[in-house]
Amino acid sequence: MLFAILSIFVVAALAPVVHRATGRHSGWVLALLPAALFVYFASFVPTVAAGETVRLAWQWMPGLDVQFSFLIDGLSLMFALLIAGIGVFVVSYAGRYLEGHRDLGRFYVLILSFMGSMLGLVLADNIILMFIFWELTSITSYLLIGFNHEQLKARKAALQGLIVTVGGGLALLAGLVLLGVASGSWELSEILAGEDSLHEHALYLPLVILILLGTFTKSAQFPFHFWLPNAMAAPTPVSAYLHSATMVKAGVYLMARLNPELGGTELWTWTLGLFGAVTMFTGAWMAIQSTEIKKLLAYSTVMALGTLTMLIGIDSPYAAMAGATFLLAHSLYKGALFMLAGSIDHGTGEKEVPNMGGLRRAMPLTAAFSVIAALSLAGLPPLFGFVGKELMLEAALGAPDALGVVLPLLAVASAILVVAVAAIVGLRPFFGARPEYARTPHESPGAMLAGPAVLATLGLIFGIFPALAQPLVVATATSIHGADPEMQLKLWHGINLPLGLSLLSLAAGLVIYRFWDSVRAGIGRVMAPAFRVAPERGYDRFMDGLVWFSAFQTRVLQNGYLRTYVMVTMLTTVALVLATFATLGGLEITVSFADILVHEWVIAALVALAALFVATTNSRLAAVASLGIIGFGVSLIYVFFSAPDLGITQVLVETLTVILLVLVLFRLPGFLKFSNPLTRVRDVIASLVVGVTMTAVLMATLGVQYFPAISEYHIAESEPSAYGRNIVNVILVDFRALDTLGELFVLALAAVGVYAMIKFRAEDRKS
Amino acid sequence: MTAEPLLAILVGVLFATATYLMLRRSLVKLVIGLILLSNAANLLIFATSGLTRGAPPLIPEGMLTPEGPVADPLPQALILTAIVISFGVLAFAVVLIHRAYEVVGADDLDEMKDTDT
Amino acid sequence: MMAGSLILQTGTRLLLPLLLLFSVFLLLRGHDEPGGGFIAGLVAAMAFALYMFAFDVYKARAILRIDPRNMLGIGLLLATVSGVPALLQGRAYLTSLWWDVEVPLFGELKLSTPLVFDIGVYLVVIGTVLTIVLALAEAEE
Repeated sequence: MLFAILSIFVVAALAPVVHRATGRHSGWVLALLPAALFVYFASFVPTVAAGETVRLAWQWMPGLDVQFSFLIDGLSLMFALLIAGIGVFVVSYAGRYLEGHRDLGRFYVLILSFMGSMLGLVLADNIILMFIFWELTSITSYLLIGFNHEQLKARKAALQGLIVTVGGGLALLAGLVLLGVASGSWELSEILAGEDSLHEHALYLPLVILILLGTFTKSAQFPFHFWLPNAMAAPTPVSAYLHSATMVKAGVYLMARLNPELGGTELWTWTLGLFGAVTMFTGAWMAIQSTEIKKLLAYSTVMALGTLTMLIGIDSPYAAMAGATFLLAHSLYKGALFMLAGSIDHGTGEKEVPNMGGLRRAMPLTAAFSVIAALSLAGLPPLFGFVGKELMLEAALGAPDALGVVLPLLAVASAILVVAVAAIVGLRPFFGARPEYARTPHESPGAMLAGPAVLATLGLIFGIFPALAQPLVVATATSIHGADPEMQLKLWHGINLPLGLSLLSLAAGLVIYRFWDSVRAGIGRVMAPAFRVAPERGYDRFMDGLVWFSAFQTRVLQNGYLRTYVMVTMLTTVALVLATFATLGGLEITVSFADILVHEWVIAALVALAALFVATTNSRLAAVASLGIIGFGVSLIYVFFSAPDLGITQVLVETLTVILLVLVLFRLPGFLKFSNPLTRVRDVIASLVVGVTMTAVLMATLGVQYFPAISEYHIAESEPSAYGRNIVNVILVDFRALDTLGELFVLALAAVGVYAMIKFRAEDRKS
Repeated sequence: MTAEPLLAILVGVLFATATYLMLRRSLVKLVIGLILLSNAANLLIFATSGLTRGAPPLIPEGMLTPEGPVADPLPQALILTAIVISFGVLAFAVVLIHRAYEVVGADDLDEMKDTDT
Repeated sequence: MMAGSLILQTGTRLLLPLLLLFSVFLLLRGHDEPGGGFIAGLVAAMAFALYMFAFDVYKARAILRIDPRNMLGIGLLLATVSGVPALLQGRAYLTSLWWDVEVPLFGELKLSTPLVFDIGVYLVVIGTVLTIVLALAEAEE
């Protein structure tokens, strides 16, 4: 398992080489990897369908409870199969779609890294590991959305997606840590198997809110839905992959994963139910107003994500089955539709639906697969989407309390709009009169049709024979619900309320499709004021505010005057120290000056006087000479108090310092009096405060020892186990050698820095 | 308690003079302040672990442990590297300042507040 | 750069080998008596700095034979590598290892990874100080 996930990253790193070696067939070659992974994951299906889960673990950071542990159950297996399976077609599709693009090699690196991160996310059992993969998906998708980085739009959309999802990720991290603390385990399998429910835990409310912030942003739930349609700036294979089947479902995955443990409370049901339903409707509503085909599909994805969130919130056996079915059906038809939209773009150069029409003769295969996938999107029999929609309506009708009224209403309204959307993307481009296109319309190559063909056909096969999808769907629903829903997937449920609602939505949806152009114009007029308060405006305001604030604090805090920095740093230190004293209940200083020898008095007085002289003198020579007195005085203090090594080192360094000052300092101009008396008085006061504080700190620490010194060990073990009699040296080269090694590197860096500054200047002069 | 209170006062004096020098506008005074500051910090660490007279952390030949209590070796090891490193950092600072002086042409730190010169 | 006096030059010629010998002595006894890589390195660097003041930078570089920057690199390499044998034995990086080697005519010799490490420290300190001092002195000319 670990090997499977690592292999993707290894192959990702090698992808540009593979691309160069295999030329225009690189897409197919690289698609072999997800294909192999798909087969590997498929081998787990019988085990999981039998109701078992598989857990595999490798140690990583045992002290921190972080390990490479993976959990395979219905839910994670369903996701893993979708990621690997759709991944096969996305990679091969991209090989042709971006053929000749100079950055295709980079694209492979990114898309494969993304695939690896996504697989890690859904398979991880350790929540910290899962979070790492979660953030990796955010970063790789940022790079993918901004793939065409010369375009301002792409960069802006990429940054927006990153800020929204990573901001949510921050909340998620806090939520996951609370979850780990509250449940006492960092493994999802143990948290889910835990005896105690977290519902009564004091941290339940904050951890649910934080985790939901993470999942809502990732899965583009209202009011964070705006980044997803903007992310359509990415190349089409990316949209097909990230924004239909995988990345945006990460949030859904996590909610489904945690539903058995966190779900079942009013908070959970109402939050997920309402936000999900509102997102569902918003997505459908916005879709109907869009004209760009990828935007239409993106908004319908928002609608699907809302539906899934709502179903998780309802948390009934019906809802779990509906969620699992809908998840599979949506990935199949949405992946297909995105690739087909790319195919139309590839064949005609047209992206706007109103400018399309009559393509069925020029692009017969694209047309056929589009119709099949769109029927599944619309939820018509005998497609798998129909099975999912019937279950969804049934589940919405069964929602508790007032939700049982609100959710079906929103669900039906969305269903009507989605029928219209399906007709717009599935019928409009291919029928009716054929306008002029930028390119002569032509059918796409095999690599670009293979994916849609397989995905659309699967939607049809699963619709006619739901029993084929039954094992995996039930296993997934079991993971979501926490118990076996004990239901059979059926195409025909008999004549009931959901069927009636389906028929209603079909009729109403087709009416909207018929009058789409005028509906769109009408909505546009009515909704114009609403766009001024849309959530995306909030994002823009937030970003503007951020820029303003950072400019402001740079002006105030980083004003370029070194004195200000020194003053702020020193006084902050003093304030914090004094605050600590205050909280510890005041200072307790007991000092006696009785046990001080005469020569110690003399040396200390000499050093202090020299320091005061240095601070006031205006002669550089006198300053350097006094510095020498201070240095040698300090080294004598070391020698008096049993530190011969320090004494020697200090003398040597002092001598070198003088050499250094002679070489450099005297080539600087003499002291000038810049400051006026008032600033000098202010600085004297500040310096006195600092000095007195440091003296107080030192005196306060004299009588205190909180724990035994580690030096006892060093003294006892120096000769017996390190064979050295100079304990200081043994510490330096043996006990704490790693510290010393780090310090050696600091020294080397300083030397290299000095060398560079001097030599580069010499070269400047020459040139 | 031996001479710690004396050192406490000395450390205070060194910190105060170092701070005062670092608040000047003159580059050279900044460097001198830096030197005083590192001496002050080293002495602070040295004194907090307690002072011992005439018992360096050495083990006599043929023995496994020192006879009687010795001075704490750990802060000594820390300070030893700190002394050498502060020399390296000082050298870096001095050269950097010299370079900056050549570019700006003034000993006045206030002249260096802009990034573009 | 000031030209050194004849007395200084003659004295330095005599002092340089003595100081270097002393620094090696400090280095080797450092594990048992005051001394060690840091102190020994500073003494050796000081010896060369003195030589530089007595003669000039080029003479100092010539007698050094090896560029101090290379010394720096070799020192870092030695210190870093001295921790590897412990890794090969499956212990933590930089765990000390000791070997007693019988050298004919010389008797028993104690070899250890901390000694290698300390030689690394010695070279890094010489390399750092001389890189800085020589570069500064050269810039002056």
